[in-house]
Amino acid sequence: MVASTPAKKLFSVTLRVWRQASPAQLGKFVDYPAHNVSPDMSFLELLDVVNDGLTVSNDEPIAFAHDCREGICGTCSCTINGKPHGPGKGVATCQVYMRSFQAGDVIVVEPFRATAFPIIKDLVVERSAFDKIQQAGGFISARTGAAPDANSILVSKAVADLAMDAAACIGCGACVAACKNASAMLFVAAKVSHLGLMPQGQPERDRRVLAMVQTMDEAGFGNCTNQYECSAVCPKTITHDFIARLNRDYVGALFRSKLQPVSASAGGGA
Amino acid sequence: MNILGSLFNSSIGKKILMALTGLVLVGFVTGHLLGNLQIFLPPQKINAYGHMLESLGIGLWLVRFFLLACVVVHVWVAIQLTRENSAARPMNYGVNHTNRASLASRVMARTGLVVLAFLIYHLLDFTFRVQHPEWSRHSFALADGTLVRDVHTMMVQGFSRPGVAFFYILAVGLLSYHLAHGVVSLVQTLGFKNERWTRGLECFARVYCWGYFLLNAAIPLAILGGWVKAHV
Ligand code: SF4
Ligand code: FES
Repeated sequence: MVASTPAKKLFSVTLRVWRQASPAQLGKFVDYPAHNVSPDMSFLELLDVVNDGLTVSNDEPIAFAHDCREGICGTCSCTINGKPHGPGKGVATCQVYMRSFQAGDVIVVEPFRATAFPIIKDLVVERSAFDKIQQAGGFISARTGAAPDANSILVSKAVADLAMDAAACIGCGACVAACKNASAMLFVAAKVSHLGLMPQGQPERDRRVLAMVQTMDEAGFGNCTNQYECSAVCPKTITHDFIARLNRDYVGALFRSKLQPVSASAGGGA
Repeated sequence: MNILGSLFNSSIGKKILMALTGLVLVGFVTGHLLGNLQIFLPPQKINAYGHMLESLGIGLWLVRFFLLACVVVHVWVAIQLTRENSAARPMNYGVNHTNRASLASRVMARTGLVVLAFLIYHLLDFTFRVQHPEWSRHSFALADGTLVRDVHTMMVQGFSRPGVAFFYILAVGLLSYHLAHGVVSLVQTLGFKNERWTRGLECFARVYCWGYFLLNAAIPLAILGGWVKAHV
């Protein structure tokens, strides 16, 4: 016999959503009452339901970014009640469920706010500044051709685990959104550490950290003041210890880049 | 660009400059406090100590110049960082939410400004003695007969003015609060902090800041309360 699922109590909330038609236009908060909310609905599903209603009444639906809806792509990006990715620890917006809220709650939904993440529409922001940082150094150079022997490069378990912690970053930008200074240090620290810890990442290690930090600075992010708001909201709970590691890596790379001898033919071909 | 230029022009470089100058200044204020605590000993102690410092001559001026340079860099870089940080978030959130940033960390600029104002006043008052030129007279005889400046009397007279004593206690209080974030923060910026010993570091910082505040505040309070008296 199959136990019957107990009926979940449906409830009502009000969504107070930032509406901004275009980058040039002024935005404002608009209230949308939502009824018959199931505690098992995800937060994004609720936005879908509200949008269905808006579409039926010929209003412009709320624009919000989403893709995988399982916390792995880093596309979803709302700030819910002032906290990027909303309530809960180690979850992305798409993993927030309505059971985190109470009947009658006014839920304030805003875009990530940072100069480097300009608003495109409503809750959608442009995060290509992260792509630029990645392109500046978030890669390794690998030999192409025949596949190398498995395990020919040894990596200790401790280093592999630590690198994997950093590699868990999904590039969502919540760290920037939560930081009082809109700094991108946690993201850059994660990317620099993830490659810099591995043997395969060593050839470009110094160039990588210098280039990624420079690109980060040019994109208009703020400066870290060690308040750790970033790691508190990171859906992958990436630790700010990586920021300390980034600082150390940067200073070492800076001194080496300025003081190390260079070949007389530096920059030549071949 | 040379190394110094890169430090002054990059985000992490500026943070490193803040941390290093901060570290020097923490060292200075700690030494300064230890020297001042000699007020609780017989007057010849602190007067001999003051004389020893003044007799360093050019060395004293080199140290003073270095400390002044640290203050200038610390303040200059702080202004730049603060301006960049507010430009990085031109529009605030409708809901202002803080996850775990301490209050001390959020008021660094304000506590720093009060401390800077006090520093300027304090230098004019006790180092250049603009209000009381008589504090510069060499009127105190050490055991070997050398006439030296009477630092003891200067401090007693200085802190017998309740307004000055109050400003001093306020300034060291805010400085201690500034250091409550600063001491831990500089270790992170210099890249040595991690979860494994953060608790210990935070504990040390708390004890240090409370100790720094209470010992500093004890000096004007002891003078106002009449426990440390003028010796003449
Ligand atoms: S560090 Fe965390 S919060 Fe920042 S982009 Fe990566 S996953 Fe998102
Ligand atoms: S939609 Fe992919 S992480 Fe949320």
